[in-house]
Amino acid sequence: MSAAESQTLDAGAALPQQKTDYVPILLPFALALVAYPFVGSFSTWLTLTLAGLAMGMMIFAMASGLTLVFGLMDVMNFGHGAFISVGAYLAMVAIAPMAGYAHTDALGPGLLALLPAIALAMIGSAAAGYVFERVLVRPVYGQHLKQILITMGGLIVTEQVLYAAFGPQINPLPRPEALHGSIDFAGAAIEKYRLFVVIVGLVVFALLQFLLTQTKIGLLIRAGVENKEMVEALGYRIRRLFVGVFMAGSALAGLGGLLWAFNQEQAHASMGGEMMVLTFIVIIIGGLGSVGGCFIGAVLVALLNNYTAFLLPKAALVSTILLMVVVLLWRPRGLYAVTSR
Amino acid sequence: MLLSGNPPRGKLLTALIVLIVAALAFAPFILQGSKPLNVAATICVFALLVASYDVLLGYAGIVSFAHTMFFGIGAYGVAIALYGLGPSWTSILIGLLAALLVAGVLALAIGLFSLRVQTIFFAMVTLAVASAFAVGASQLSWLTGGEDGRTFSTPALLRPGYRLVENGPFGVEINGRTLTYYLVFFGVVFLFLLLLRIVESPFGRVLQAIRENPFRSEALGYRIVVHRTAAVVIGALFAACAGALNAIWLRYTGPDTTLSFSIMLDILVMVVIGGMGTLYGAIVGAAVFVVAQNYLQALMGVAFKAINAAGLPFLAGFFNPDRWLLWLGLLFILSVYFFPTGIVGKLRAETK
Repeated sequence: MSAAESQTLDAGAALPQQKTDYVPILLPFALALVAYPFVGSFSTWLTLTLAGLAMGMMIFAMASGLTLVFGLMDVMNFGHGAFISVGAYLAMVAIAPMAGYAHTDALGPGLLALLPAIALAMIGSAAAGYVFERVLVRPVYGQHLKQILITMGGLIVTEQVLYAAFGPQINPLPRPEALHGSIDFAGAAIEKYRLFVVIVGLVVFALLQFLLTQTKIGLLIRAGVENKEMVEALGYRIRRLFVGVFMAGSALAGLGGLLWAFNQEQAHASMGGEMMVLTFIVIIIGGLGSVGGCFIGAVLVALLNNYTAFLLPKAALVSTILLMVVVLLWRPRGLYAVTSR
Repeated sequence: MLLSGNPPRGKLLTALIVLIVAALAFAPFILQGSKPLNVAATICVFALLVASYDVLLGYAGIVSFAHTMFFGIGAYGVAIALYGLGPSWTSILIGLLAALLVAGVLALAIGLFSLRVQTIFFAMVTLAVASAFAVGASQLSWLTGGEDGRTFSTPALLRPGYRLVENGPFGVEINGRTLTYYLVFFGVVFLFLLLLRIVESPFGRVLQAIRENPFRSEALGYRIVVHRTAAVVIGALFAACAGALNAIWLRYTGPDTTLSFSIMLDILVMVVIGGMGTLYGAIVGAAVFVVAQNYLQALMGVAFKAINAAGLPFLAGFFNPDRWLLWLGLLFILSVYFFPTGIVGKLRAETK
């Protein structure tokens, strides 16, 4: 054994790591820079960028579970949008008794009013996710065609149950008073709520990254995404892990639904289905199964959506599809290809 | 000969198909009033639309959510031509050809772009493209009439005012409406038989082989992407034809009657309940679904009133006629689980 070899086999040495791919990370910045001359004024650009970031965070929350569930178990849940709507309605239910807190201007009570809503939305949609997994997804593992059909059916039924329980009307859902209005910064109006959403989104992303990269469960999840059989062969019950991921993903979708509902200041069961389209585009762009890609994809899509909505209002959705096409022509399996499928 | 060597198989099923087709063929003479005739025409159009979708879902094993888009392209093609060029047969022809061209090219592009990988990818991409198209169609209001859609008149021969025979068989007046109905009916019959011919051809067999085992089919030398894309294009062209017939029948085309996502769901329910991969399932599925849609809601209305009167408003909410999609969704899930072969498969198994 030569000296050089024994050095690389040294137990204390760091494990060889894959090089981090930085190019996709630069994309949102590049997009924001490119958009600047078209938008023209700095204050408008800042407002649009913040709005885009906030929207990106919400889409990320909705889409992250979907991409993990697909990566881990090869299950594409076309009913994922149901949890978005469930989260929005539960937020409506939980905020009602907190009206006293919600109507004060102070930030503390305003955020306090949101806490039970967030808790209920996340727990409720996690529970809905559990039922969904048990009743709908489990019997059709490995059968893509049936999976798509069944989960689509689940989306319809959930939507209709929500209509039956809460009525078909669009329900107004005012934000807590403290999150209304905006802060003046460099001549641009920075909406407080958007700032709040960006913070929440970043916290969620950081927590998710911590969980995935620093804990044993995260290691198992990432290993499962890459090679499910091998993880099973090593004696881990991937099914149980999957149920957990499915519920966590549903909870995040519920959170996303809550944030989106407060952003629109209304709750309606058709929201879920509408947002599904964007979440699909996002996870395709990000690379199916990749949380980091999903985050970048969400920010990209949302930024582009906001810029085009300002510049060419009619081309917003078409532009996101063009973005998807361009990304896939560049990287056919999305920004980060983590699954071998 | 006419059925391309693929009869319905099974006595019960044959009887059912004959019954439905006969009822549709003589609909203007059996049924009185405009609503039943409308139901019959809707069944015809949807039978064709669902059959063209079945080529994708049942034969090729591809899930597409863009079928209403192609349906809409056909409907808008005819609508825009009749609206812009005036009510003549040439404008119908021009509109139809333009629509077929657009639908074909679009289907080709989507297919080549997204069928290389998994079918799940295709499902997601079609969902995105279709929703963008629906938004686009309602925004280009100078062309499509926006949310209001386009109301137009058809050639003189097809207008309700045109009277061919005052006192026809069974004392029924044969007017432009009757003629339009038969245009739709025979158009659907012709195209349906053509589809039957296509799926029974060697091409159709290869599609089924790819559905069952893509890897093996590729090893045998069949290009998967080419065959799947061809299936998507064929489905799109026939869907566009169905859309054109629908536009001629309704003399109106708007987003709600052609592009809305709920129509996509209707198609899915029809193809699953009728029976995937049989084509005949499309006829049965469309007939059962459209009749149920038109008459079951009335029944739910009765139940709704009864339960409401019994003092259970919460429970009654589930029986509100507007909630009929709830029961349909449940039925859909249950039928995917418990009889994936649909009514046609069940009837064939019964008589085997």
